[in-house]
Amino acid sequence: MANVTENREQVVGIGAGAKELATEDMVLNIGPQHPSTHGVLRLRLTLDGERISQAEPIVGYMHRGAEKLFEVRDYRQIIVLANRHDWLSAFANELGVVLAVERMLGMEVPIRAVWTRTLLAELNRILNHLMFLGSYPLEVGAITPIFYAFRERETLQAVMEEISGGRMHYMFNRVGGLKEELPQGWLDRVADAVHQVRTRLPNLENLIHGNEIFRARTRGVGILTPEAIMQYGVSGPIARASGVDFDLRRDEPYLAYGELPVKVVTRQEGDCLARFECLLDQVKVSLDLADLCVDRMRGLPQGPVNQRLPKVLKVPEGHTYAWTENPLGINGYYLVSRGEKTPWRLKLRSASYNNIQALKEMLPGQLVADMIAILGSMFFVVGDIDK
Amino acid sequence: MTRQYPEVQPELPARSRGVIALVEENCTSCMLCARECPDWCIYIDSHKETLPSPEGGRARTRNVLDRFAIDFSLCMYCGICIEVCPFDALFWSPEFAYSEYDIRDLLHEKDRLGGWLESVPPPPAHDEKAEPAKELQVAARPPRPARDAGAPAAAPARERPVREPRAAAVRAIKPPGSLPKRPDPDPDPEGNGSGPRPTRGEPPENVT
Amino acid sequence: MTLDLVLRIALIVGAFLLLPLIVGQTEHKVMAHMQARLGPMYAGRFHGWAQLIADGVKFMQKEDVVPAAADRRVFTLAPAVALVPYLVVLVVIPVGPGLVGRDLDAGLFFVLAVMGVGVLGAVMAGWSSGNKYSVLGGMRAAAQLTSYELPLVLAASSVAMAAGTLSLPGIVSAWQWWWLPWQAIGMVVFFIAGLAELRRPPFDMPIAESELIMGPFTEYTGIRFALFMLSEYAGIVVLSALTTVLFLGGWHGPLLPGVVWTLVKIFILAFIVIWVRVSYPRLREDQLQRLAWAWLVPLALLQLALTGVVKVAFL
Repeated sequence: MANVTENREQVVGIGAGAKELATEDMVLNIGPQHPSTHGVLRLRLTLDGERISQAEPIVGYMHRGAEKLFEVRDYRQIIVLANRHDWLSAFANELGVVLAVERMLGMEVPIRAVWTRTLLAELNRILNHLMFLGSYPLEVGAITPIFYAFRERETLQAVMEEISGGRMHYMFNRVGGLKEELPQGWLDRVADAVHQVRTRLPNLENLIHGNEIFRARTRGVGILTPEAIMQYGVSGPIARASGVDFDLRRDEPYLAYGELPVKVVTRQEGDCLARFECLLDQVKVSLDLADLCVDRMRGLPQGPVNQRLPKVLKVPEGHTYAWTENPLGINGYYLVSRGEKTPWRLKLRSASYNNIQALKEMLPGQLVADMIAILGSMFFVVGDIDK
Repeated sequence: MTRQYPEVQPELPARSRGVIALVEENCTSCMLCARECPDWCIYIDSHKETLPSPEGGRARTRNVLDRFAIDFSLCMYCGICIEVCPFDALFWSPEFAYSEYDIRDLLHEKDRLGGWLESVPPPPAHDEKAEPAKELQVAARPPRPARDAGAPAAAPARERPVREPRAAAVRAIKPPGSLPKRPDPDPDPEGNGSGPRPTRGEPPENVT
Repeated sequence: MTLDLVLRIALIVGAFLLLPLIVGQTEHKVMAHMQARLGPMYAGRFHGWAQLIADGVKFMQKEDVVPAAADRRVFTLAPAVALVPYLVVLVVIPVGPGLVGRDLDAGLFFVLAVMGVGVLGAVMAGWSSGNKYSVLGGMRAAAQLTSYELPLVLAASSVAMAAGTLSLPGIVSAWQWWWLPWQAIGMVVFFIAGLAELRRPPFDMPIAESELIMGPFTEYTGIRFALFMLSEYAGIVVLSALTTVLFLGGWHGPLLPGVVWTLVKIFILAFIVIWVRVSYPRLREDQLQRLAWAWLVPLALLQLALTGVVKVAFL
C-alpha cells in the first residue's frame, strides 16, 4: 500500500494510489435516516474517497411549525409546545416562555418558586449533558458509557418525575411560578440523588475520558475557532470549549443565579475532546449548584410556589426578549403581544439551530469517520434545529 | 439497572402522568377541559334534562353527560384538562400499560376512563415550607350548616386498599362558595382526608 | 477408516455450529452484565440461553431481499465466502493429542491462507450491494485485510520457527511453558492482528454502525445476514483457537484432560475479545493502518529476530 505515510490524513481506500483510474466524487447523504444524526438531520456530503470536499446541512425534516402554533395557544398551552422543541432540555425551554410572560406582566414570582426553578433547571442540565456524555462515545464506537450515563439519568429522573409527573416533558412551569407544591421530603431525595450521581460520575469519566483511542479520535479533530463561533452565533458548551467565555447564568443572571457562584467551564482547544470535557465539567458544576439550591431552599420561609392568575391571562401590549442559558446554548423567546390571550408572535431562537450551522465550516477536509466524531460533539437535538 | 418489567412493576410517583381517569358524577359537561386542551383530543357530548322541583318551585335543569372520550393517540399528556377542571372530575393515574395494536382503540370512552379511577393514588403530602392548602383554610372557617354528603359506602371499590383512608377526600366536589380551585388537586397536605365525597350517581350539587 | 473420517467431520461441523453460538450467547450475557444490564432473560426460560436459536429462527423467517441495484450473484455468494473458510480452518486445528480433523504438514500455512479468503466475503458484499455505505465499508475491509495479513503471518511464522514445523499438532507438541515469555510479543501481535482481520471492535470500522450503518452488510437481511453474524463469531472461535494452539500450548496443562484445557483457553481468549468490545471505542481507519505498519509489523519482526537469536544461540 502506497498510502502509508506519516501524514495521517492520507486517503485510505477508494482511489488510493490509482492515478490512472479516473476518480469521481461521490455524493453521500448522511441522513435523514442515519444512526448518528439522532433523528432526521440530513448532511449532503461530497466525498473524494473518504475525504469530505463539501458538506451541506439540510434541515427542516422535523419542522413542526412551533412558532406558528404558539400564536394560537394561550400561555399555558404554549408551555406544552415549548418544552418539546429540545426534548432534552424541556424544563429550560418552559422557563424562557414563562420568564418572558412574567416580565411583560411585571409579575413577581414567589421566592420559593424561583429557587425551585433554579434547582430544576440545573437538574435538567445534568440530565441533558449525561445524555450526550453517553451518546457521544457511542458514536465513536464505545458502547458501554451510555449505560452508565443512563443509570445516572434514571437516578435524577426519579426526582424530576416525583415533582412534576413527567420524565421528559415536565410541564411544571406556570406563569407566576410552578404548577404544584414540592412533595414532602423531596429536597432530601434530590440531595441524595445528586450525591449518588456525584459519587458514580468518576466511573463514567474513567471509562471513556482517559481512553487512548477516544483521545486519539477526538483530540485536534474538528477545531472550531472563536471567530467562527461569533459569526455563526454558536453558544453553550460548544462555544465555551473554544474559549468563548460567555454564560448567561453569570453574565446576565436570571432566576436565582445572581446569588449563586456559577463557575463557567471553558477550554481553549475548541476540538471534540474539549467539547466533551466542557460537558463533563459542567455536570460537576451543575451538581454543586443543585446542592447549593437545596441548601438555600431549606432556609427559605414558608410561602407559595405560584401566583393566583386571572381566568383569562392576557399579556399587555408590547414586546420582550427573554433568553436563558439552556443546556445546549442560548435559548431565546421574542414575545410580541397585542394584549390578547395569545401572543401575536413568539420567535424562538434555539441553540442547536445556530450551533449546527458551523458544520459547513468544520466538515470540509475531514474524513467520514471524523465527520461522525464532529457531528456527535456538536451536541444537537434535531427538534431544536427544526423547531 | 434493568428491571424485569412484567414481573417487577415500576414504582411510579403519585404525580406520574400515565393515563387520565374520569369521575363521571363530578362532570357537569362544562367543556372547559375540551376547550383548553392544546390539541383538542377530548370529546364531550351532553344534553339538558329538566328535573321537576319536588316542592313545586321552578324546575331545575342539569346537564347529562352522554359521551366523554379522550383520544390518547393525540393526547400530549400536558395535564391542562385536569388543571382546569373546576369540579375535580379528572385525575392523573400512573397507569401506563394500555398500548393497543390499533390506534383507534386508544380512544378511551367514559367507561374506560372511569375504570382508571381505581389506579389513582392519593396525592403526596406537601413540603413543610408549603402554604397550607386553600381548602384547609376554608375548613378552618366557622362551619356552615352541616350537610352530610360523606358516603363512604361508595369509596371502597375505587381506591387501592393500602391507601384507602387517605384517598377519600381527593375527589370531593368543591363546596359551593369556596375559593377558586388551585391548580393542584390536593386539598389536604396532611393526608388525613375528611372532606365529603359524593355517592356515585348523585347529581353534582352545585349545578343549576 | 471411513467411519473415523465421518466421525471427525461430524464433530467438526458440530463444533462449528455450537461454539460460535456459545461465544455469541456469552457475549450477550457478559456484555450485559458489564453494562449493568441483564441481557436476554426469556428465551429458553433459564437466563435466555436459547436467545441465539430464537434469533436464528427469526432470521430464517425473514424475507431475503436482494436490492435491485445489486450484483445478484456476487451478493448471494458473499455470505458463504465469509463463513466457509472458518469451517475449513477448524479441520486442521488440534484440540487434544491426536484429536485433529486432519494433520496437515503445512497446517499453519493452510490456516493463514484460508482465513484470508474469509475477508473476501466482506469485500464482495460491499462491492455487490449497490450501496454507497457498503462500498465504503468494503473498501475499508480490503484496506484492513491487506495491512493486517502481514503482522499476522510474521507473528505466526515466529512460532513455526521456534517449533521447527508448520504442522499445528507439531507446534503444540513442541511447546514448552517458557515459550510464553519468549513468544509473548508475537502472541500480542497475532491476537491484535487477528481482531483486526475479524473486524471486531476496536477495529470494526468497516462495519461502524454509527458511520456506515452496517458497512458491507447494510443491504443484507434474513438468513444471509445471520450467516455474516455467524461468520463473525466463528471467526472469534477460530482466532481464539489458533492463538491457543500457536502461543498458549493448546492441550498442555496440569490435571485436566487436554481437550478441556484447549477449550478453556479458547474461551478465555473469546472472553477477552468480548471484553475489548465492551471497553474500547473504535479507531479511525488511518489510525488502524498506522497501528499495523508502525507498531505491529516492527514488533512482529522483532519477535522473529528474537526467536531466531534464541533458537540459534540456546537450542
